[in-house]
Amino acid sequence: MLIGLYNYWVVVVLMMVGFYIVIAHGNLIKKIVGLSIFQTSVFIFYISMANVEGGTAPILADGIEQYSNPLPHVLILTAIVVSIATTALALALAIRLKEAYGSIEEEEIQNKDNLDC
Amino acid sequence: MMKDLLAVIMLLGIYSLLSSSFFVVMDAVDVAFTEAAVGAGISTLLMLVAISMTGRSEHPVRHKPLLALAVVFVTGSLLIYGTLDMPYFGSAHAPIHQQVAPRYINDSMQEIGVPNIVTSVLASYRAYDTFGEVVVIFTAGIGVLSLLSWVRRSGYTKDDDSYNQSMHEQHLILRIVTKMMIPFILLFALYVQFHGDFGPGGGFQAGVIFASAIFLYTMLFGMSTARRVISQPFIQILAATGVLLYGSVGVASLLNGKNFFDYSALSSDPVAGQHLGILLIEMGVGLTVTSIMIIIFFNFVSRRNNLPRKENQDI
Amino acid sequence: MMDTFLNVSSGLFLLIGIFLCLTGGLGILRFPDFYTRLHAVGVTETLATAMILFGLILHNPDFFIDIKLLIILLMTLFISPTASHALANAAFHNELSKQKDAKSNSEITSSKS
Repeated sequence: MLIGLYNYWVVVVLMMVGFYIVIAHGNLIKKIVGLSIFQTSVFIFYISMANVEGGTAPILADGIEQYSNPLPHVLILTAIVVSIATTALALALAIRLKEAYGSIEEEEIQNKDNLDC
Repeated sequence: MMKDLLAVIMLLGIYSLLSSSFFVVMDAVDVAFTEAAVGAGISTLLMLVAISMTGRSEHPVRHKPLLALAVVFVTGSLLIYGTLDMPYFGSAHAPIHQQVAPRYINDSMQEIGVPNIVTSVLASYRAYDTFGEVVVIFTAGIGVLSLLSWVRRSGYTKDDDSYNQSMHEQHLILRIVTKMMIPFILLFALYVQFHGDFGPGGGFQAGVIFASAIFLYTMLFGMSTARRVISQPFIQILAATGVLLYGSVGVASLLNGKNFFDYSALSSDPVAGQHLGILLIEMGVGLTVTSIMIIIFFNFVSRRNNLPRKENQDI
Repeated sequence: MMDTFLNVSSGLFLLIGIFLCLTGGLGILRFPDFYTRLHAVGVTETLATAMILFGLILHNPDFFIDIKLLIILLMTLFISPTASHALANAAFHNELSKQKDAKSNSEITSSKS
């Protein structure tokens, strides 16, 4: 019975992988990669919920009875484009941090901040 | 443990492409198209440009992150416990299929008249959310401009000319094939933009494909040549025009007496009004996405070119 | 008669394409040096994509979808070898040929001649 929920478990595993990368690694670019994995797992969550067994893509055509739910598709379309916008901004911040502090490792940046204060 | 960030970014690109093919299997063709173009294309490219400036390898972690592992396990098990009540994968009786989705599926053809339900929901029923999304992209472009823009030498000097000549020999085959391919890529972007009503496509995907043609040109012919093709003031005005076009359609509906973004006010026949409204806002979305992607890429590359010589010898 | 012939031949082309993809993948894993690996993938991937697309064209009766698949095939025949050339060019100009083989720790004679 519980095996019908396997798609949620896959999503949770991917989400936890992304979460672990964000909190356990010090390099800022690695954190951005982890965030990207987390975002993709959320997309998979919504899209797997929208799937209907025996349905097809939500494009109206003759002779098709069952369509997949189009509403999560719309939400995730927005979410994908917003994710690229935030990733671009995060990378720009990482580049500026490298120029200001000389490194993008979290510990070295904190050490430099503590030295200067 | 992965210490080479170049390998990590390549694997992230492969992961995005795999999730895009997963979306195709889940019957989400529009989403798969967008994820392939954005995740496997633009995101990988921007990250590669970023690590060419910040360094290719990471320092090894010196202590074992046991606390992080513990937090991750606890959170994961709580989440799995939370999903035990969710509907089964693929069941047609799930609550999300009962509320507003049947109305979109059944009434979309009479009220709006486009076969692609995702486009009709995105552009007409939920046009306000899409407006927010366009403004978010615009804001990200402004953010990158404020962080990374650099005072450039104006114009195309003789140094650029001789550099271009020497690069021509080295990249001859790539330059010739690119010059043949770019018209087809731009044509495909226009096809995707206008065919979004009948199949997967629409403004976002078309904007990203259009921008990727410009990226290809920039990577092979150099930044100064690309700036002669697309100057910074032009592309900034284009970005603002896209958002303005989108907002004006909404305001025009208001001025004609109906609700904000109610396209039936744009023409005497409501369905024709819907078609006109969708056409105009998809054009606005395409303009904005193209120009913002180009602005972000140009600023990343200009920053890299303006670093002192010894710093960008990394990759 | 025509239907079974089309089905069988499209299945045959698809099988050849799958086999070529798999051998290309095997080549990446087993060859020792970057240039030999690139050679294995560059050749087999292009032909595999062409075979798979050709099999799909034979399988499909609709004319417009056939035209689109034919255009994709033409584009792939242009783009895929160019991508392999780009990789090899970048490796060559960045002195990759001087790398030692990881397994036997000796110089590999690569395609630098």
